[in-house]
Amino acid sequence: MVELTAKTACDGLLPLIIGDAELVEVAAGALTSLAPLGDAAGLGAALEKVHGLRWPDPLRATGKQGLRCIWFGRGEALLMGPVPDPALADHGAVVDQSDAWAVVQLKGLAAVDVLARLVPVDLREASFKRGHSLRTQLYHMSASITKTGADSFMILVFRSMAATLVHDMKTAMEAVAARG
Amino acid sequence: MRIAGKGLIDRSKAVTFRFDGRSYQGFQGDTVASALLANGQKLMGRSFKYHRPRGVLTAGSEEPNALVTVGRGAEADPNVRATVQEIYDGLEVRSQNAWPSLDFDVMAVNDLAAPFLGAGFYYKTFMWPAKFWEAVYEPIIRRAAGLGALSGKHDQDRYERAYAFCDLLVIGGGPTGLMAALTAARAGADVILADEDARMGGRLNAETGVIGHQPGHAWAADMVAELSAMPNVRLMTRTTVTGAYDGGMYGALERVNHHGARRANLPLETFWRIHARRSILAAGALERPVAFQNNDRPGVMTAGAVRAYLNRWGVSPGKHVTVFGNNDDAHRTARDLAAAGVHVAALIDSRADVTVEGADFPVHTGAQVCNAAGRKELEAITIRTASGEQAIQTDCLAMSGGWNPTVHLTCHMNGRPRWDAGIQAFVPMPDAVPGMVAAGACNGVFPTRACLQAGVDAAAEAIAALGMKAGAMDVPQAEDGAYAMEPLWAVPGKGRAWLDFQNDVSVKDVKQAAVENFRSVEHMKRYTTQGMATDQGKNSNVAALAILADATGRGIPETGTTTFRPPYVPVAIAAMGAGAQGKGFAPQRFTTSHQASTAMGAPMIEAGLWYRPSYFPRTGESSWRQSCDREVGHVRKTVGVCDVSTLGKIDIQGPDAAKLLDFVYTNMFSTLPVGRVRYGLMLREDGHVMDDGTTARLGEAHYVMTTTTAAAGQVMRHLEFVTQCLHPEWQVAFASVTEQWAQFAVAGPKSRELLNGLLGAEIDGESWPFMACGEVEVCGVQGRLFRISFSGEHAYEVAVPARFGASLFDLLVSRAEALGGGAYGMEALNVLRIEKGFITHSEIHGRTTAFDIGMGRMVSARKDCIGKTLAARPGLVEETREQLVGLKPVGAVRQISAGAHLFDAGAEAVRENDQGYITSVGFSPDLGHMIGLGFVRGGMAREGEVIRMVDHLRGLEADVEICHPVFLDREGERVRG
Repeated sequence: MVELTAKTACDGLLPLIIGDAELVEVAAGALTSLAPLGDAAGLGAALEKVHGLRWPDPLRATGKQGLRCIWFGRGEALLMGPVPDPALADHGAVVDQSDAWAVVQLKGLAAVDVLARLVPVDLREASFKRGHSLRTQLYHMSASITKTGADSFMILVFRSMAATLVHDMKTAMEAVAARG
Repeated sequence: MRIAGKGLIDRSKAVTFRFDGRSYQGFQGDTVASALLANGQKLMGRSFKYHRPRGVLTAGSEEPNALVTVGRGAEADPNVRATVQEIYDGLEVRSQNAWPSLDFDVMAVNDLAAPFLGAGFYYKTFMWPAKFWEAVYEPIIRRAAGLGALSGKHDQDRYERAYAFCDLLVIGGGPTGLMAALTAARAGADVILADEDARMGGRLNAETGVIGHQPGHAWAADMVAELSAMPNVRLMTRTTVTGAYDGGMYGALERVNHHGARRANLPLETFWRIHARRSILAAGALERPVAFQNNDRPGVMTAGAVRAYLNRWGVSPGKHVTVFGNNDDAHRTARDLAAAGVHVAALIDSRADVTVEGADFPVHTGAQVCNAAGRKELEAITIRTASGEQAIQTDCLAMSGGWNPTVHLTCHMNGRPRWDAGIQAFVPMPDAVPGMVAAGACNGVFPTRACLQAGVDAAAEAIAALGMKAGAMDVPQAEDGAYAMEPLWAVPGKGRAWLDFQNDVSVKDVKQAAVENFRSVEHMKRYTTQGMATDQGKNSNVAALAILADATGRGIPETGTTTFRPPYVPVAIAAMGAGAQGKGFAPQRFTTSHQASTAMGAPMIEAGLWYRPSYFPRTGESSWRQSCDREVGHVRKTVGVCDVSTLGKIDIQGPDAAKLLDFVYTNMFSTLPVGRVRYGLMLREDGHVMDDGTTARLGEAHYVMTTTTAAAGQVMRHLEFVTQCLHPEWQVAFASVTEQWAQFAVAGPKSRELLNGLLGAEIDGESWPFMACGEVEVCGVQGRLFRISFSGEHAYEVAVPARFGASLFDLLVSRAEALGGGAYGMEALNVLRIEKGFITHSEIHGRTTAFDIGMGRMVSARKDCIGKTLAARPGLVEETREQLVGLKPVGAVRQISAGAHLFDAGAEAVRENDQGYITSVGFSPDLGHMIGLGFVRGGMAREGEVIRMVDHLRGLEADVEICHPVFLDREGERVRG
């Protein structure tokens, strides 16, 4: 039997280290879209019970690397890491999105300055803290951005746009680094 | 002329640059203007219309005369003010609007014709013949008049856009702004302090006044040092705040690298969008000239500019300087010059009742300068006193007509400034921009001590509004004199007294406008062109309207100002649109098979943001048609493989999923059995077709909808609208899974044979009949299989998680090739579907209904759906409407073309006779001729009729026969295999 080989979304494009910023692809595990079907509390309780994760409030993320749940829009959260427990499907729509998103991490002292070239949202430490998450524009792409550490951001864009993501990030990283 | 011991330049660092090909030396800290003046070069430009010789008038971004082009070739940057361009080694600057040279400009002949070229000249003279305007007159006028020119080459420079956020934005780094920033910063606010100069301090750098026990500039430097050490302060030098917008947004242009040689990756400019919870405008004031005959001679400058050149750059613009003003402030210029050892030939004050104490230079009070002599350089002035006129030899005249607060930003949201008779100037109305407080000179407060206090007060107000508390601030001692002046706009007399130097508008022009009944200030502006171009009337606005007020017998407040609009200084389009070129123009979406397709030499076409292969050329094929015909053959005879991942895929789940589908599709989906696929048609509310596609039922409450590539976003939005607004009570969730699945069409008689080599369990006609769907194992990977066909052949679409897409595509193509087939692209896909009469957005282009495309019966009578009611309007179901038909050539011309229109034989090919149009064409290798789809009045009722096709665009005519839109296998036997 022939076997299919897997490629990640940013295969051949990353990592990228320019100045004080580093962009790497993240092996985030399974990505699962969770959407309650009339019983948001039930889905939240099930998530807590089977995965030990709180359902994220809007603009927030819960958990940590490898076991995380981020707010993903109206009535939707993205479970990142574990293969979803079948019990979740009793309370809402469970959709596999493991291959739908390019997941990258931008880190380093210049990370905030790099994103200031691309994202029209206030990402200063005081307003966008660890555990905050949002859906916004990254230059001209729709993106999900989550603060994961002091100078560290997790960014998701459509898998098909991975090359554009790297192009746009590289442009911004170069310009920030050039200022010295 | 440099003055020893003066200036804030670094005399240990000499800088060499070129102006009009000649080499000049200056020092670190010089601008082009200060360095040229230091070298005795007063002539810096030619005027817009009359090509009069002009020198520098000011020392700031408001400069109207000294406009230069920086750099060469594609890097050339026109209309740069010499007063803001810092010099650096290797800088190359050229003058503008002069030919053959700045010194000898033949177009100066315009100046001799001036009596004929006044305001409104173009409108009166070039009226006839009308068609000559565009072809003859305008090009000539544009050549004769103008500022700098663009290079015409592709802009290679890097520009940048960025966002910034703060509690308080302080606009302007003079005494007011520095105090405001420090007050707020000490209170803990996040502060951005932006100043357009390279060196913060504003007028403090240009004056000799003392703050506390320090020279003003030293105090400013200490303030900057303290601010820059604070983590909550961001100092933005060389940054001009250009506009105030809704919601606390401000535009700002940072000149990142105009003051040095090009550096890799470093942007030339950054256009900032700054969001500030509060802002303080501390933009200072601009000095206004006085209009008198020949007041534009090189060497005539504003008094404040002369002080700036002296005190900041250590340059005296003349050897024998005269000073002329209507206010006490001008006296400072004479005193500073005298103190620096420069000969002051005279101080002329227009006020009679003023005494100048301790002056060691001639003083004329109650006098006016009424003329200037010299052409390329000022040689003498004539002053008029009660006792008559007298000439004074001078090579520099420093003039002051008072100061205008820089109110511009307060007017960007429709605020109108208020006339303050005390200072004879406009001042901002409070709260003209929400959250913004104007303070200091821009608010009409001129003494330095008062400005420092105003900065503290404004910051305290902003800090309180932010819910913070400002601590007590010590306001140091500083100059605190009153600002005494009396109005003087224009000195009466003959000849042309210039108001707007940049646009060659004189006092006469403004009066002429009033005579011709252009009495509104906005009409006067447009009639005379006063206040246009790069300085936007910063130097001339108030004087021009004062003269208009006088000419129309109204007061200045009644006359009012023209509207100040963003941007405050010119902003390159390249900065505003930074990044949006090349790959930055739009995101690129690549399929998982993209690399393999390009490796096979496939040219790409863009479908929305997606890149899809057009065809896959093979050795020996010299045209796309050969490749396309072969690929069509693969599907019809053996097996073809095509990446269809770009089609929108929407996962729909929930107990009410079936209800949602019944509501958005014209046909029924609640009756679709699990494990089956159905074609569906979707209407807009207005009854026209929105999109089509197949939807598969994977479970009782689980569907996967397919949309066309182009309409995926639109359909998703439509579903959001329906579930959020029309039926929020429905329990249904949907998510785009377009990106999750790599999906490939495997089409042709050998498609099942190919797939059975890869599937975990073999399929046959019984287990997977036409329109079956379900989960399968593909080479050990969990995937999905749909038996659907867009080619009319026995075909499948197989989907795997995207990570395996590239691998599966390679495998499918190699297996297909082994079976005598191969990959096929968009061209072949198009021919295959036209042969079957399948529609795309070429047909459902937004103006067609289900009735028009022959699918009227798909609108179910058993249920309601979006668009059903309006689709039933009589006008939308008339038999005479243009309806879908097939078309084939029957005459000598075998070519037919998409976009062509159809006319009855013998009828003239004009709009009134239009019978329809062609939407899609292709060459059918099976039929051996071209085929097409189109819309014809009356539709299939005219089957068999020969009609005339005319393509006005391509100049093509042909006779075509109206036929059935399904050209091949009308019974659909092949698809059931």
